[in-house]
Amino acid sequence: MTGKHITDELTRTLVEDGADIDSIEHDGKRGKIVSPKKKQKNSAEKILEVEDLQVTFSTYGGTVQAVRGVTFDLYKGETLAIVGESGCGKSVTSNAIMGLIPQPPGKITTKGVHFKGRDLTKLSKKEMRKIQGVDISMIFQDPMTALNPTLTIGEQLMEGVKQHMKLSGAEAKKRAIDMLDLVGIPNPEERLKQYAHQFSGGMRQRIVIAIALICEPELLIADEPTTALDVTIQAQILELFEEIQLKTGVSIILITHDLGVVAKIADRIAVMYAGKIIETGDKREIFYTPQHPYTQGLLKSVPRLDLKEAELKPIDGTPPDLFSPPQGCPFAARCPYAMEVCGNVHPDTTQLTDSHRVECWLQDPRAKELIEQGAFAH
Amino acid sequence: MTQVRDEWFRPLEKDGDEKEAVVRPSLSYWKDAWRRLKKNKLAMTGLVFLVLLAVMAIFGPIFSPHSVTQQDLPNQNLAPSAEHWFGTDEAGRDVFTRTWYGARISLFVGLMAALIDFTIGIIYGGIAGYKGGRTDSLMMRVVEILYGLPYLLVVILLLVVMGPSLTTIIIALTITGWVGMARIVRGQVLQVKNYEFVTASKSFGAKTSRIIRKNLIPNAMGPIIVQVTLTVPSAIFAEAFLSFLGLGIQAPFASWGVMANDALPVIISGDWWRLFFPALFISLTMFAFNVLGDGLQDALDPKMRG
Amino acid sequence: MAKYIIKRFLLMLVTIFIIATLTFFLMHAVPGSPLETERTTNATIQANLEKFYKLDQPLHIQYIDYMKSIATFDFGPSIKDPNRTVNELLARGFPISFELGIITILVAVISGILLGTFAALRHNKLIDYAAMAFAVIGISIPNFVLATLLIQQLAVTWNIFPPATWTSPMHMVLPVLALATGPMAIIARLTRSSMLEVLTQDYIKMARAKGIKPIRIVMRHALRNAMMPIITIMGTLLAGILTGTFVIEKIFAIPGMGKYFVDSINNRDYPVIMGTTVFYSSFLIFMLFLVDIVYGILDPRIKLHKKEGDV
Repeated sequence: MTGKHITDELTRTLVEDGADIDSIEHDGKRGKIVSPKKKQKNSAEKILEVEDLQVTFSTYGGTVQAVRGVTFDLYKGETLAIVGESGCGKSVTSNAIMGLIPQPPGKITTKGVHFKGRDLTKLSKKEMRKIQGVDISMIFQDPMTALNPTLTIGEQLMEGVKQHMKLSGAEAKKRAIDMLDLVGIPNPEERLKQYAHQFSGGMRQRIVIAIALICEPELLIADEPTTALDVTIQAQILELFEEIQLKTGVSIILITHDLGVVAKIADRIAVMYAGKIIETGDKREIFYTPQHPYTQGLLKSVPRLDLKEAELKPIDGTPPDLFSPPQGCPFAARCPYAMEVCGNVHPDTTQLTDSHRVECWLQDPRAKELIEQGAFAH
Repeated sequence: MTQVRDEWFRPLEKDGDEKEAVVRPSLSYWKDAWRRLKKNKLAMTGLVFLVLLAVMAIFGPIFSPHSVTQQDLPNQNLAPSAEHWFGTDEAGRDVFTRTWYGARISLFVGLMAALIDFTIGIIYGGIAGYKGGRTDSLMMRVVEILYGLPYLLVVILLLVVMGPSLTTIIIALTITGWVGMARIVRGQVLQVKNYEFVTASKSFGAKTSRIIRKNLIPNAMGPIIVQVTLTVPSAIFAEAFLSFLGLGIQAPFASWGVMANDALPVIISGDWWRLFFPALFISLTMFAFNVLGDGLQDALDPKMRG
Repeated sequence: MAKYIIKRFLLMLVTIFIIATLTFFLMHAVPGSPLETERTTNATIQANLEKFYKLDQPLHIQYIDYMKSIATFDFGPSIKDPNRTVNELLARGFPISFELGIITILVAVISGILLGTFAALRHNKLIDYAAMAFAVIGISIPNFVLATLLIQQLAVTWNIFPPATWTSPMHMVLPVLALATGPMAIIARLTRSSMLEVLTQDYIKMARAKGIKPIRIVMRHALRNAMMPIITIMGTLLAGILTGTFVIEKIFAIPGMGKYFVDSINNRDYPVIMGTTVFYSSFLIFMLFLVDIVYGILDPRIKLHKKEGDV
């Protein structure tokens, strides 16, 4: 296999039947985007800037370096997907932004997590509570456990607005009904008096979303919001997200391991591996021209309908132990293109376009030579 | 920062096994549990105390020059001294000797009760949980009713009928005592039953008894062991309680409950040792079993780590 | 809910029936006549007495009579003191025992929950360790041992509280303390562990993510869920407190039902033993029934069959 072929290989990857990518003409070259993006990015205003976020936990067995220097920005009105295998630190990242890491055993060090200019990590717990649920909301993975079984969903909906916005009972109730209506729950008024166990899984997730949105937050962090749901329900919930974003202009951080979900609603994608973001880019860049071998492997490990001859390839091996992460690239042990350098030194960030960044030694000119020479003929 | 050398830019030769290498050593369940238990100082203290108590219960009365039952009226109610380390009681009997004799009774009652509860509970709960369906609901209906009976009242009633003795105490304690164990065993079995490896051995045509022995019991053992450890102190408590009510071991034989009961009239007169030593040893023994049970619970349930 | 209550109610009746039957046959399994004690030597007196206590009737007639008398709450006369009925003893003793029991339960539940909650909220801090050390010690000291130690120290040596009887609030302190410490320690430990577990639940995390005040999270979101295991062991605790009153009333010379019960055991006064046993059991089983209903109210998920999967 020559270098040329590898480049092809790198570019020929999965595309789901997403919102804006309708089909791919697969002819051995890169796919073609047919329909334009229907959603418009509102502005270039940064709503969240995370710089060099590190989170460690001291546990029974030692210190886990769960997040090891994560940097990313989020623009107003966009959806950023953070993608990765379980245990890669994506949920910890979102919990850290949300102020939900218990310290101790957790420990956060960062150059700053700025939300609209304020460093969230510098706020007191009391100040943070004025942001939680009001400016930033969170949606959890399992709607079965995210709702309190012994409180009516009405109470769970209204307690936030009552506390934060000082609304009266009647006003809060009206708002709660409006929210249930917005997320598509029929007979909202009667449903308020019911308990979580009286709803189906999809309905519960709608309620969780309603609770998250009731104070009109500007940022919504959704941690695996569809993972626990049936596939048909997943699609409905994803549509709900898009609808809500169109109506309210909320920015969304979507934590997921599911590339199908990403293809559907993300604007930009950050791929996390072993506590680091190893590649970021907008959706097309990640799907069509993924640069990091891990991203490529991730895309190849997802079944797709349009490429019949493409085989499904799992990524061999397991992620490194975060009790003692390797000093070099964490993916080196599993990487089909691993070089000696990968195990020794962690690669620097390579900025490919304004939006596309990758941390990989293959970007080094010396590695490019190797590729041209056909050194990786697997 | 390490210097990035040019010669590092060459493909890495590696064999496939390396990728799968397990990074952290994995211990077996029991070894891991034992390691965690050893780290728990309180539980280990309890264990050491119980071992010492058992040794003293076996050999204490033998080494002592004084008899357990021999009355020695001139020497009644003596305070602790070099001759009588824990003093003497109203009949001049040596409290030190009687304390170890009481330890024998307490440990024997506790261990026997736990053993019998364990045996019946394992069989009953195991069958109910494993068979499931109508057998289970019928068996559990019986358990539910027995569970609703006031335990010590039934025990008292039985002892009134059977007359107090060591054997009748153990019978009375276990006649409804196994119910708690049966419930726990059944719960565990129900949980483990649905694990895939059980389904797997079933599909290989393994016999019911074999599945219970080889698969269910080892995997359900954690909470059951904890329950056993906690049955012992409650049986010891029950024996002392019954002896205190006059339904237990009869004079002149000693049990901690009997000794405490006998000491009741003299606490006003200040003969503190009569009450102090049996009280101390009942409490220490129950404490030791309780902390050991707690330690085992933490050690055997990896979820509780922390 | 109605179905659930009816089911529990029927189970309660069955259990009381079984206890009554068990008591009856156990008492009649005692070898010899209950009247064969030292003084009743005269054959005619013996026969008259047997007639008086209906012991001359065949067993099944006795049994039916006995069941009827239980249904009408008439437990007949005492053997040791034929001028007194068991009902009189119960009427005299029960209010005192009930008072002791209720105060004990309130003290145990309130202080146990407070202690356990604080320990959980200060997990792995000093207050947590102190509370749990106290709890393990509290569980390990039997109530009758604690009672005697309390009398020896607080009543005899330091003379702070009166050592016996049940006449004023000061008299109640030691018996309640002796009886409540064990259950309180158990409740504290259970509250702590179930609170710790509840605090890791997603719905608590979600409440935090909503910026809800910690006090509200604990009181409204966590406590109610953490209470569930405590309600399930309430039955065992109640039984423990009830049997505990036997020894506590004996030690503190409190003229409650427990004292009569213990006396009747020592005197082998069978009608009193039978009457008090059946009364105690029925009372306890009725309390368990109430506990079940409270559980049903507190946990909206409880329907009819929910409890079958529990361990």
